[in-house]
Amino acid sequence: MSEKHHIIPVWFFVGVLLLVYGCMIFVSGLLELSHPPNTVLAELHAPVWWGALLIVLGAVYCMMFRPGKST
Amino acid sequence: MNLLFATYVAPRLVRLSGVDLAIIAFYFALVLAIGFYLKRFATTGEDFFLAGREMTAWVAGLAFVSANLGSLELLGWAGSAYQYGILAAHWYWVGAIPAMIFLGLVMMPFYYISKTHSVPGYLKLRYGSEASGLSAFTFAVMTILMSGVNMYAMAVVMKVVLGCDINFSIWVSSLTVGVYVAAGGLFSAIFNEVLQFFLIWFGALLIPIIGLIETGGWGGMVARIHENFPGQDFTHMWAPMRSFADNPMGIHWTGIVFGLGAVQAMGYWTTDFLVVQRVLSAKDIRSAKMAPVIGSFFKMAVPLIVILPGLLARAVLPMHLFPASDLQAGQHSFNEVLPLMLARYCGPGLLGLGITALVAGFMAGMAGNVSAFATVWTYDIYRPYLHKTAPDAHYVSMGRWCTLIGLFISIGTAYLVMNFASIMDYVQALFGFFIAPLFGTVLLGMLSKRVTRAAGFWGLLAGTLASITMFTLMKVDHRWVGVFALSPLAQGLAQDMYQALWSCLTCVVVTVLVTLVTKPRPDQELVGLVYSLTPLAREEHVSVLHKPLFWGILALGIFVVLQIIFW
Repeated sequence: MSEKHHIIPVWFFVGVLLLVYGCMIFVSGLLELSHPPNTVLAELHAPVWWGALLIVLGAVYCMMFRPGKST
Repeated sequence: MNLLFATYVAPRLVRLSGVDLAIIAFYFALVLAIGFYLKRFATTGEDFFLAGREMTAWVAGLAFVSANLGSLELLGWAGSAYQYGILAAHWYWVGAIPAMIFLGLVMMPFYYISKTHSVPGYLKLRYGSEASGLSAFTFAVMTILMSGVNMYAMAVVMKVVLGCDINFSIWVSSLTVGVYVAAGGLFSAIFNEVLQFFLIWFGALLIPIIGLIETGGWGGMVARIHENFPGQDFTHMWAPMRSFADNPMGIHWTGIVFGLGAVQAMGYWTTDFLVVQRVLSAKDIRSAKMAPVIGSFFKMAVPLIVILPGLLARAVLPMHLFPASDLQAGQHSFNEVLPLMLARYCGPGLLGLGITALVAGFMAGMAGNVSAFATVWTYDIYRPYLHKTAPDAHYVSMGRWCTLIGLFISIGTAYLVMNFASIMDYVQALFGFFIAPLFGTVLLGMLSKRVTRAAGFWGLLAGTLASITMFTLMKVDHRWVGVFALSPLAQGLAQDMYQALWSCLTCVVVTVLVTLVTKPRPDQELVGLVYSLTPLAREEHVSVLHKPLFWGILALGIFVVLQIIFW
């Protein structure tokens, strides 16, 4: 993003955020498989697949925009 | 959006688990870490106030649209969608898309070529210090008051949703924002806005996805709404606006097209420095033109996470929601629709993500306000009127200090609003007083070299006074609503549209009349500021896919198709 300042791209921080949140939500989803929360359509297990999606996107962003990688 | 009336609802809406709290805590830690990391890069005035003018089109575009995607807007418009149906989507489509494209393709080159730091800065170059001073002063005051209103609204939402203490929410959020904006300036504000953009999408998108699964798709949702609210139309955008009486907003299509689309939206998206500042941070003119165009595609998609949850709530919620001012014990207001839907579908983890998205939205809104305030105060008030010749480092230091001072004024405003509830409505209304006439002044200045210095000032002042007069008369005596808003049935939003239209027309008429009797500036002083005197760079050697014009036309095409689909 920055030629003048060589700042770590904001996309890397986005990746970190998504990756960490993805892990937290995914694990939380796995833990509640046997004890689903009292929400509508809990049987869809949204935290599992939504967490997995965040992990994949976060990992891709972290890899693509990691500090030191030439763009 | 009257969020503060929601305090009458006693029980908290959701209860957070450990993982939810960890998600919120990680967000605070990350934004503070980013702020400290960026501090080393914000050393010059251009770095601190304009993020070094080195943002790519995507970063500037996401920050541009994100600056308008605060939580107050999300909660308020989701509530409006419940109240008025899909009519509320007009504020995301006709009330945004044409204006964003117009900013990118027509107005941005002038802002960018003139190398101004702000919208009042452009007025100073084009008209001189009178119009600029009026605009800078009103913007600075309103921005900081709005920041306080945002702060208080956030604290109320946290109290209603989570049961948090209001003082705790105000101080923790404002100190966090103060630290990271004072450290990294616009760099920090923009980074946080991009993070917020992703958070809001990933935090809110599950609501329409699971909601549509529950209702069996769009058709199922519409059928349930008709079943729950027979005889009412909540799912058509233009058909119910043939007359004022056919829709719950009490508005005619002329109010939407001319008041919202042609004046209010144009005024907000092209002259409100809070959003324009994000685009001014772009690294070159093509990026500056592309940023609003990129933003327009995302803006068009926002109804998916704001309007659709409001409509789904009509279909699936077992209880009815009510206006915030008429709440009784145990009832919920329109403005609580998004948290209610979040609690309906999201368990531990996802709930924390949704709440973090709301917190991030509030904090990004505050950061946007204080960073814009710091820029206008330093460059358009402090430097021209108080300390003309100082080294660049002095102005950076002033920017850091007035970020903190601005936040403390905002905190004061938040406590003022807490004690005098009606102030919130007036502060929000005040902001609208200046935007519509400012659009007239800026646009005439860009398009015509004949418009004079005096005309710019008197036109802006007359338009602003007209706006204040209409607002006051309509508040004092309801009969004036029938005069200015063309129908006594017009609700608040409809009144705003016509007020914007008439105040902008007043500005234009006065500007033209004063121009006719005053002497224009010499052409050589207006080069780079006025259309006919500015050589605009042609993009002959750029492929079609890299041309802002191509993407602008595509965005407008999709916009038209959406209007037809939901007609």
